[in-house]
Amino acid sequence: MNAFVHVIRRELNLAFRQQLDSLMVLAFFVLAIVLFPFGVGPEPNILARIAPGIIWVAALLAAMLSLERLFQTDYEDGSLELLALSPLPLEMIVLAKVVTHWLTTGLPLIVAAPVMAVMLNMNTDGMAMLILVLVLGTPSLSLIGAIGAALILGSRRGGVLLSLLILPLFIPVLIFGVSAIDGALNGLTVKPQLLILSGFFLASLALCPWASAAAIRQSLE
Amino acid sequence: MMFHKFANPTRFLRLSTTLTPWFAALTVTMLAAGLYLGLFNAPPDYQQGESVRIMYVHVPAAWMAMFAYSMMAAMSAAALIWKHPVATLVAKSSAPIGACFTFLALVTGSLWGKPMWGTWWVWDARLTSVLVLFFLYLGYIALHNAFDDARRGGQAASILAIVGFVNVPIIKFSVDWWNTLHQPASVVRMDGPTIDSSMLAPLLLMAGAYTFYFFWVLMVRVRSELIAQKVRVLQMKQAQQDMT
Amino acid sequence: MAWDKFFDMGGYAAYVWPAFSLSAIVLIVMLVVSLRYLKAQTQTLEKLESSSSD
Repeated sequence: MNAFVHVIRRELNLAFRQQLDSLMVLAFFVLAIVLFPFGVGPEPNILARIAPGIIWVAALLAAMLSLERLFQTDYEDGSLELLALSPLPLEMIVLAKVVTHWLTTGLPLIVAAPVMAVMLNMNTDGMAMLILVLVLGTPSLSLIGAIGAALILGSRRGGVLLSLLILPLFIPVLIFGVSAIDGALNGLTVKPQLLILSGFFLASLALCPWASAAAIRQSLE
Repeated sequence: MMFHKFANPTRFLRLSTTLTPWFAALTVTMLAAGLYLGLFNAPPDYQQGESVRIMYVHVPAAWMAMFAYSMMAAMSAAALIWKHPVATLVAKSSAPIGACFTFLALVTGSLWGKPMWGTWWVWDARLTSVLVLFFLYLGYIALHNAFDDARRGGQAASILAIVGFVNVPIIKFSVDWWNTLHQPASVVRMDGPTIDSSMLAPLLLMAGAYTFYFFWVLMVRVRSELIAQKVRVLQMKQAQQDMT
Repeated sequence: MAWDKFFDMGGYAAYVWPAFSLSAIVLIVMLVVSLRYLKAQTQTLEKLESSSSD
């Protein structure tokens, strides 16, 4: 457990040295959302109607941008090889990196999302649900994204390939996340959606460390 | 176990030489029979008229799209678990064929949907999950070819195939929450098919033809991959000889 | 057998025939491409095997 926390600490330290990365992801999130009023027109009713979807899609894209570098820098300078040899299982190291990724990407998005929702004129009835589903859903994005990030290590055209691989896998999270917020806005029951989001989180928690570690080991051979 | 017997590439090559003509013959005969019955013999539908005949190319394509992906995922698992050398090649060869079937399922589905539902596309359960399946195929093919080392590409793609396989029922199930415009199952059901036998016969014949076509092209492609492997080995040997 | 009526497909010709012909085209092209690839690889192998046995 100590070693696990230690790796997280190391990752956070590295992340804080590059605060710019975290801020850039946040800036992209905000910018992407801001594009929509320009694209679909500023009419408040329309924006309110599609606000949950816009916020989720922007969150997906922002999470994806930061995933490419999850293992890349360690892979390039050789630290990934050393980490793989450490007594701590590679699966735990992957989890530590995912936790850090969520703390530096998912968490800022969750904080910024209500602000963006207000700007999109979303009804405040949905605000609590928006935060809840982002809390349930963004960890899944980090977990699934880590699989993709591990798979593309050493490949050509890594970044674009990553999007092609991960976005289809993100789709269930997107579907249920938006559905839950729409449900809350319309006074419908959202328990099924929340249960499925939680289930998806648990499933990706189980799948991600195995798949990512396997992919990392392959890349180091 | 027979499966492991064919881990030997040479044995597989011999087997493919024997089987390929059979697959080809079965494909052509079943295709001819299916098309004849489907286009000439089977009756038009009470509501849909002649447009129902699109079913004879749409449904087999959709079935094969799923079948090919299952084959791809199973072979990928075999490759990772037992390091079966031919399994990765079978998975790699299944992907483009599966992608073709998925594409055909989507396009023929659109062509059928327009006269039947009045729209080229709708975001319901079945259509959306098939579209995502198409992207999973493309991702698999892209990942397989994204590495200079072919072996590494195969390994990475194997992991992706398995992860994607978990995702497919999730997507299909998750999108069921939306209204579904696509018709529910009428062939593979617990009570048996509800479809009339004059339509069932050409449908099953076309499905059989598509299946044997899949194995036909699969054999051809796996042979090519095995031969390409031999070529690479020889080229490396020659390069070493040239250097000494 | 009234061929005109057959080709008209009850008015749905614009949908039925593209569906069948596109299916045929895609499947035939895939087959041809695969066979060509096999032929190319086999020829390369034969060339390499004959030149290395010199």
